[in-house]
Amino acid sequence: MTTSAISLAQAIAARTTTAAAATDAALSAITERDGELHAFLHVDADAARQAASAIDARIAAGETVGPLAGVPVAIKDNLVMTGVPTTCGSKILEGWRPPYTATVVERLIDAGAIPIGKTNLDEFAMGSSTENSAYGPSRNPIDPTKVPGGSSGGSAVAVAAGYVPVSLGSDTGGSIRQPAAFCGLIGYKPTYGHISRYGLVAFSSSLDQVGPFTTTVADSALVSEIIGGHDHRDSTSIDAPAPSLLEACGRGVAGLRVGLCSDLLDGADAVIVDRVRAAAAALEAAGATIVDLAIPELRLGLSAYYLLAPAEASSNLARYDGVRFGLREERDDVAAMNVATRTAGFGPEVKRRIMLGTYALSAGYYDAYYGQAQKTRRLITNALDAAYQGVDLLLGATTPTTAFGFGDKVADPLSMYLSDLFTIPSNLAGHPAMSVPFGTDSAGLPIGVQLLAPGRRDDLLFAAGAVLESEVSA
Amino acid sequence: MSAWETIIGLEVHCELKTATKLFCGCPNMFGDEPNTNCCPVCLGLPGSLPVLNKGAVELAIRIGLALNCTVAPSTFHRKNYFYPDMPKDYQISQYDQPLNAGGWIDLPEGSRVGITRAHMEEDTGKSTHLGGTGRIHGADSSLIDYNRSGVPLVEIVSEPDMRSGVQARAYVAELRAILVAVGATDGRMEEGSMRVDANVSVRKPGDPFGTRCEIKNLNSLRSLQRAIEYEAARQIDLIEAGERVVQETRHFDEQTGRTGTMRSKEEATDYRYFPEPDLVPLNPSRAWIDEIRSNLAPLPKARREHLLAAVGEVTPALVDLVATVVDRDLDTLVSAAINAGAPAQLAIARAANELDADGVLPSPASFAGTCQLEASGRLSATQAKQVLAALLDEPHGDPAAIADRLGFVAMDDGALDTVLDAAIADHPSEWQRYCDGDDKLAQFFVGKVMAATKGKANGKAVIAAIAARRP
Repeated sequence: MTTSAISLAQAIAARTTTAAAATDAALSAITERDGELHAFLHVDADAARQAASAIDARIAAGETVGPLAGVPVAIKDNLVMTGVPTTCGSKILEGWRPPYTATVVERLIDAGAIPIGKTNLDEFAMGSSTENSAYGPSRNPIDPTKVPGGSSGGSAVAVAAGYVPVSLGSDTGGSIRQPAAFCGLIGYKPTYGHISRYGLVAFSSSLDQVGPFTTTVADSALVSEIIGGHDHRDSTSIDAPAPSLLEACGRGVAGLRVGLCSDLLDGADAVIVDRVRAAAAALEAAGATIVDLAIPELRLGLSAYYLLAPAEASSNLARYDGVRFGLREERDDVAAMNVATRTAGFGPEVKRRIMLGTYALSAGYYDAYYGQAQKTRRLITNALDAAYQGVDLLLGATTPTTAFGFGDKVADPLSMYLSDLFTIPSNLAGHPAMSVPFGTDSAGLPIGVQLLAPGRRDDLLFAAGAVLESEVSA
Repeated sequence: MSAWETIIGLEVHCELKTATKLFCGCPNMFGDEPNTNCCPVCLGLPGSLPVLNKGAVELAIRIGLALNCTVAPSTFHRKNYFYPDMPKDYQISQYDQPLNAGGWIDLPEGSRVGITRAHMEEDTGKSTHLGGTGRIHGADSSLIDYNRSGVPLVEIVSEPDMRSGVQARAYVAELRAILVAVGATDGRMEEGSMRVDANVSVRKPGDPFGTRCEIKNLNSLRSLQRAIEYEAARQIDLIEAGERVVQETRHFDEQTGRTGTMRSKEEATDYRYFPEPDLVPLNPSRAWIDEIRSNLAPLPKARREHLLAAVGEVTPALVDLVATVVDRDLDTLVSAAINAGAPAQLAIARAANELDADGVLPSPASFAGTCQLEASGRLSATQAKQVLAALLDEPHGDPAAIADRLGFVAMDDGALDTVLDAAIADHPSEWQRYCDGDDKLAQFFVGKVMAATKGKANGKAVIAAIAARRP
């Protein structure tokens, strides 16, 4: 399936094809190839077929259907759906079937989308390759010897392999943009609070945001408009109208000032730096002004992130205690049961971050670690705000490298953490960012360039992203 | 050796009387079938998020204003610790920026107790441990009811301003009256609507504070006073025996009346407080706070002062009666009766002792009429009480008509003299002792007259007649 969500929905609405046919195509592609790629942890073929038939029936009856009617979608397995197993890639949640549905999934279903299944991820979204999934890694469809990136690797694979035109991921430090870059997709992380987190299993609450993987910028805009907007069930949700993203896709970049940021570039492979410069040239050719600038504070992001995110995670993951749901290792008393359950249920990376976060919040260490990291976060936000006094957008690399091989970074967590260097600042500041595919390396592996915008100016990403997209396809 | 001084500070957890829980729409109901008022949010299911209940904030602000606190912009924090009845394994509470801080309460006996803070937090579920001692250690199994999980609480922390169990008890009684008056809680301590932790230490007056122990979960005024008195005596005994008080958390055993160790400071949990990222700062507008203040119900202290202003001479006994009247919400009726002509002292006394605030009450006019008949001597005290009882069946009844129907005919002085003569004649030695100055025996003869007249005699008239016969 190479067709976009928008054209597929149009074809279904026009009865050129059917939701059932689109769903069957997705399911057979999964049957054919997902044994190798392992994008999905759970495929609900019967439910998908039923939902597709219902959509077709409504179209046949002349009813008005939503803008994604009949479009198959994949959902990262840290978003809950009533009755559908949700594991977060962890043994500790094996077999858990949530009794409620995430707002974003509800809105996709209301728009007529057909959820096909739940996709693989690094355990509790902690990782950059899906190698931390308790259920085995996913493989990059462009080169199955390479990782697809992470943590939303399964969702990236589901779109890049052509199973579905749209999937949902979550991005805490780059978990949408990095796999989008590795798999040649559009990956969008919205302004914090633009898309509801209700039903997204928390990793780091102040950083997590849901966003889509798509093959086109317009699809990303459509899906984001559908799942975005205020949700009274999420207190951090922004209660104000957002700028139209679809409209922005056709706006162009004439007159915009784009900052080419050395601190979002230095340290990246030369081939990636070349492609970012080529992207700058393309934007300039489309009427933007390119400004070279440095924001050295961004370099501090990685260390702040690896204190704040584990600190919040240590608290968010406390509830996996064996008392109410998921895994329970029976013991004679509650405390022993808690310890045994968590020891058996969590993988090594999750344990590492819980330990790190618990330490960072401990009495006597709070100020030096958590407190200092919060100050650093504020410093980075202020530095970005200052930069946006002079430019409308920032441009840089999404990742320092293209997709790496399995096992390359597993033994050294720090080198794995470094893959998030360029993506983390947007999460810390709560700002929107997008990875747009812009060429490949000599091995044919995709390269993503990253666009960053100030808070609540997500529309600028879509304006610039559409320009880069047209340059690539031209 | 100078006397020891007991230093007491209290932490009172008050469940707010909201329709729904603090962070979700589940009903806030005591006593329902276990685990029926639950949802993904109050069960802490993965992916769920809290949404602050505005009604709970309003009640918390009412509490702050009633306790003379400053209501300030505040934030929520997570208090992290593992416990099976706490679904998220952290409690959403407030830490360094509480909603209300820096107030006080004036107690009826005249002392003032400072309020450090009154902050918002969520309640936990309720564990029932089966087998063993009924506590979690050694239990065969435990049942958890999450209906209480997420019920809104305000924790009211006092300054260490109290010096006796009696004063601590008066503080909690007054605090309870205030919280009930402003509609924040039903104040039912036995149902856990109010739970008290007491910090107790002892010192010689003028010395720095001693090492304190915290006694957890005192759920009645009586237990509070007993626990404090036991604990203070225990600490004094320790120090006088040359030992040291160890800072620790203790529990109070109602059966034995003793406190015992729960956990020592060395085992104390590091709660790893940090700002709750799922909630935004709570910043109530000045206009909203002012609106809440202007709608605040009159507080017990003002209501007591209002009643006391209606009587002439204020005695300690009267202060207690007024406190009872206000505590039972009978002051509106009493004030109305006074306005309708009832003598203030009598109306206060009869309301405090004869009326059931939870039952049928007489109309102000009927209550006032009864008090007037008693004051005029038309009814004896015993008869007036019977008329008040009869008014339960006809709250708007005419007291005089009821008195007639009950056959209450005031005795004339001649009839009283006859009865009194007989009583004196029957008990010459008691009369002689009375005449010799033993005043207590006046009551003996009142009793004889009352018995002979089956309570129809007017007590005051009898006392006056007895005194008049004394040589």
